[in-house]
Amino acid sequence: MNLLFYLSAVVAAISTLLVITRTSAVHALLYLIVSLLSVALIFFSLGAPFVAMLEVLIYAGAIMVLFVFVIMMLNLGGEAAEQETQWLNPGIWKGPSILCVLLAIELVCTFTMEPERLSAAIMVTPKQVGIALLGPYVLGVELASMLLLAGLVGAYHLGRPHKHRSKIEQRS
Amino acid sequence: MIANVPMEHGLILAALLFALGLIGVLARRNIVFMLMSVEIMLNAVGLAFVVAGARWGQVDGQVMFIFILTMAAAEVSVGLALVLQMHHSFKTLDADAVSKMRG
Repeated sequence: MNLLFYLSAVVAAISTLLVITRTSAVHALLYLIVSLLSVALIFFSLGAPFVAMLEVLIYAGAIMVLFVFVIMMLNLGGEAAEQETQWLNPGIWKGPSILCVLLAIELVCTFTMEPERLSAAIMVTPKQVGIALLGPYVLGVELASMLLLAGLVGAYHLGRPHKHRSKIEQRS
Repeated sequence: MIANVPMEHGLILAALLFALGLIGVLARRNIVFMLMSVEIMLNAVGLAFVVAGARWGQVDGQVMFIFILTMAAAEVSVGLALVLQMHHSFKTLDADAVSKMRG
C-alpha cells in the first residue's frame, strides 16, 4: 500500500506538470483525467474508498465531460474536421495511455490481494461518512444544495443565447 | 492494511499539486487552461483534507472533500458557461482580451 501511494503520487505529479505545459486543450484534458485518477488511487491507499469513488465519478467523470463538451463546442469552425483527424493520431494517446496502464497495474495488484487484507484497507466506511454528513454537517449539506441550485440557474442564465439583447438593439 | 506513509509526504504532494495549479493560473492566458488549473488547485486542497483526515482516522476530512467537490462542480459549470459566452462575443479565449470592464 505504501508502494501504491508513492507510485500514484509520482504519476499525479508528472501528469499535472504535463497538464500545465500542453498547448492543445485536448492533450491537457487527457493528462488532467490521468492526474485525477491517480489522486483517486491515493485516496484508496489512504483508506478512504468512498471519496476515491466520488473522485472518479464526479471529477474524472462529470466535470471532465463538461470540459470535453465545451472544447468540442468551441471548435465549430471549418478546421474542425482537420482537427478531428489530428486527434485520432495515435501519437497523442501515448503519454496518457502509459500513465493509465501504470495506474491499472497498480489497481489490479491491489485487488488481487487476499480479501482479508483488502477489507482491512478501509479506514473510514461510506456509512460513517453518511452519518457525519446528515448528522453534525447537515447545515453544510443544505448550503451545498443551495450552492448547486445557484450554479444551475447561473449556468443556464449565462449559457442562454442573446435573444433579448438583440431584440432591444433592433428596436432602438 | 492502510498505507502508513507519514502525513508530511501526503501534504507535500498536495502542496506540489497546488503549486503546479497556481503556476498554471499565473502563466497560462488561455481561459480554458486557467479553469483546468483552478480544478487542479481545488483537487490538491481536497487531497490535503483527506490526508489529514486519514492521519487521525476521522470522517471530517472526507466530509470537507465532498463539500469541495460540490463547490468545484458549481464553479466549473458557471465558469464554462462564461467561457462559451466569451467565445461567442469576443471570438477569442485570451484572458487578456477581456481585461477591461464596461461601466
